[in-house]
Amino acid sequence: MSQSDQVHTSETSRSAAPRPGHLPPVEDLVACPTCDALYQLPDVPKGSRARCLRCHTVLTAPRDGAMTRIVMLAGTSVILMLAAIFFPFLELTAAGITQRSSIMDVVLVFADGPFVGLAIAVGALIVILPLARFLALIYVLAPMAFGWRPAREAVPVFRLAERMKPWSMAEIFIVGVAVALIKVAGLAHLSLGPAFWAFVALVLITAVKDTFMCRLTIWKTLEQRSQ
Amino acid sequence: MMTARSAGLVGCPNCGRVHDVPAPGRCQRCGWRLPGHAPDRSLQRVWAWLFAGLVVYIPANIYPMLRTNTFGRTTESTILEGVVDLLHHGSYGVALVVFVASIVIPIGKFFAIAYLAISVERREMMQVHARHRLFEVVEFIGRWSMIDVFVVAILAALVQLDFAATINPGIAAISFALSVAFTMLSAQSFDPKTIWLDGDMRPR
Ligand SMILES: [Zn+2]
Ligand SMILES: [Zn+2]
Repeated sequence: MSQSDQVHTSETSRSAAPRPGHLPPVEDLVACPTCDALYQLPDVPKGSRARCLRCHTVLTAPRDGAMTRIVMLAGTSVILMLAAIFFPFLELTAAGITQRSSIMDVVLVFADGPFVGLAIAVGALIVILPLARFLALIYVLAPMAFGWRPAREAVPVFRLAERMKPWSMAEIFIVGVAVALIKVAGLAHLSLGPAFWAFVALVLITAVKDTFMCRLTIWKTLEQRSQ
Repeated sequence: MMTARSAGLVGCPNCGRVHDVPAPGRCQRCGWRLPGHAPDRSLQRVWAWLFAGLVVYIPANIYPMLRTNTFGRTTESTILEGVVDLLHHGSYGVALVVFVASIVIPIGKFFAIAYLAISVERREMMQVHARHRLFEVVEFIGRWSMIDVFVVAILAALVQLDFAATINPGIAAISFALSVAFTMLSAQSFDPKTIWLDGDMRPR
């Protein structure tokens, strides 16, 4: 991974009163999504990053073969998630009784009574939203990786995938597991099942995948290919 | 610093595509709603979600988060009592994690978002760069408050050993989860561009 932090941005002309015609065509311009600063972004070399000079938001960070890698990593994540759902997650032994629980059990424990809403929320945050995001990324980026035209409704699907990002809380769930382990340490003996490790692998892969995600490149490619 | 706005153009807040004026209602590339058509209500949304988050945060701290039943004896513990419990067991590190995630971050977030929203209306406060930093921290760190909700869910799922021990969630788990969600929505409604408006050249 070559990560030069070098700024490849060139600010557009600083003329005090911008006239139409003085600026390059809008296709060559990028407005920082965070602070609206205007840039004329030349082709940024693969493997380097362009940051906004003012707010340091990463504007673009193209990587070689990024689309293919994201699709493969997202596919791996889907498989790991399916394994994590159905295999035993934690094993608890207390007073001679052993109890295995899968993530499904964690979600379904509240499925009746006043905690249904909480069950749905927990299920959504740790399973459904991460899974939906992986599938959405595969749907949008697989045709891009092959150089095909975008899939139907790829634009709203990718927008949705972006929206889901802060609500996918797999990594927070891992920390929750660690805290829970310590909380019951005095009460019972807990051991980690295979699904836990699948889940940890999934979190790590998601982190790697996000380093390949250059939103600007994806949006631009979607736009160009749909024409 | 020249901005899309000061150049008389409209930049998409989602993908950065620049549009000529008059801009379409939605971004031509990503379909995001572009500013400048309907009156901007983002600040009202920020306050509304923040208020909702604050309202449900109060019962989250008063009512029990966890109901533990060991050998027929039931104990209930609130968020703070959970932290104290961990301290008693000598798990100082974990106690700190839970304390920060469930108490420091939520309360800090209420103040931070309120401060950011107020400073948009009154311009002379903290430096723009510091405010931007604060916004990034709030956005990044807010979701981690959900830890305690997951802990409760995991414990309740695992510890169902009939007579020996059962753990059930308390009503505070719901209001705390809602509080985290509402404040996340509040932070997401905040438009970071308003932080920078001061330094921009205003369109004539
Ligand atoms: Zn910027
Ligand atoms: Zn856009």
